[in-house]
Amino acid sequence: MISVAAADPAREGLPDAEATIAALAEKMGAAIADDAKLVGIYSGGAWLAERLAEILPGEHPVGFIDVSFYRDDYGKKGLRAKVATTTLPFEIGNSRIVLVDDVLYTGRSVRAAINELFDYGRPESIELAVLIDRGGRELPIEATYVGARVAVARDSSIVLQRHLDGRFELSVEPIESAPGA
Amino acid sequence: MRNPQLNGDGELQHLLTLEGLPAPVIDRILDTALPFVSIAERDVKKVPLLRGKTVFNLFFENSTRTRTTFEIAAKRLSADVINLNIGVSSTSKGETLLDTIDNLVAMNADMFVVRHAQSGAAHLIAQHLSAADRPHIHVINAGDGRHAHPTQGLLDLFTIRHYKKDFHGLTVAIVGDLLHSRVARSLIHGLTTLGTTEVRVIGPQTLLPTAIESMGVRVFHDMRTGLAGADVVVMLRLQSERMKGALLPSAGEYFKHYGLTMEKLALAKPDAIVMHPGPMNRGVEIDSAVADGAHSVILPQVTFGIAVRMAVMSMLAGN
Repeated sequence: MISVAAADPAREGLPDAEATIAALAEKMGAAIADDAKLVGIYSGGAWLAERLAEILPGEHPVGFIDVSFYRDDYGKKGLRAKVATTTLPFEIGNSRIVLVDDVLYTGRSVRAAINELFDYGRPESIELAVLIDRGGRELPIEATYVGARVAVARDSSIVLQRHLDGRFELSVEPIESAPGA
Repeated sequence: MRNPQLNGDGELQHLLTLEGLPAPVIDRILDTALPFVSIAERDVKKVPLLRGKTVFNLFFENSTRTRTTFEIAAKRLSADVINLNIGVSSTSKGETLLDTIDNLVAMNADMFVVRHAQSGAAHLIAQHLSAADRPHIHVINAGDGRHAHPTQGLLDLFTIRHYKKDFHGLTVAIVGDLLHSRVARSLIHGLTTLGTTEVRVIGPQTLLPTAIESMGVRVFHDMRTGLAGADVVVMLRLQSERMKGALLPSAGEYFKHYGLTMEKLALAKPDAIVMHPGPMNRGVEIDSAVADGAHSVILPQVTFGIAVRMAVMSMLAGN
């Protein structure tokens, strides 16, 4: 059962993060390849990939990807501050990859991540696991594994936070600029 | 007056000099360079940021290395790069600098990388573009006269930060021909902006600019005293033409007093790093045992230089 904390307006309509992660891990555990490698998209997806690697059965190596160099809004918005280093400590060529992100919205980050992965090699396959699917796609991209589907207003964004004790929390925040998630 | 390098939002519009560039902007360039380092280790050493953009390398003064690293940086960002050695083309036919620029703008240039023997050349081009209301064309100074060489200064800062993590608490000694060195000038501005604890300059009176103390450095004429306890030693190239005038007696004499040997380096901290902007004169300002030794980070400087130039180009083109 996924509980909804209706008392806090910032979390209104949002499922509990920990329960949703458990639900996502259960769907993935039954389906992903034994040799699947997890690639988390910075920053929320990176945390999530680390957590999933801990709780999924078997051994799944984890890499991280920062899609800033591949974003389609660079011409409009310029390069983001605080670009992290993409770290893929395994071969991408001939690997089964599961991309991991916290929130699937327009699909543009996933498009950028797939493009970047192909500059490292030709994967055997790429699947997509997301904690929250909030709809609003602008590209023909769908997730293979979804923790929960949530509808929120277009002018707000769903943010995954990781607390110091490692606990995850979801909240809704007003969007700073045009959607890019 | 607004800093001509920054746009109305305080973002980098051109890179002309490190003098007066705020610390957060320098930090942001260094932070941005970090993820570009690993691009060089991939199968496909390219990212699509500058796809469809045209970068003109305008070298009014020869410099194979600097031009090559800018060319590699632009190509790894997927830009189209045109190299013009202007010294042997238009200007020899009488065309002015700004007429050359106007012609290249008419060819839809997006960025100019400018090396010129005259101090202020890149600045003049940036002003001209601004007066012509061309805010989307960017200028990078790749060395102008004795004035500045900001990307070299930035790659030096990046290298120091890579090995020493923090500028607070550091003692950096810059040795040699500071009088003719735009590299040293840029590095000193960057180091003081980022709060380096002590910047020392070491050289003979004839090769130090007058009143260099006003840049916030300590001056030493004796190399051994100046190197004592240094964390970073930056050797400058001694240009052979300096020997012809009255500035120096001979290369051998210079090496004796200001050449870096293992014996002199032993006076610096045990984990000191040795840098040199290249090209080196072995046996003039630096001994081969030091240049090829465990303290030397001269070749990593070259590798980091490409990442730093990629960072600058991609920040400019996005602003």
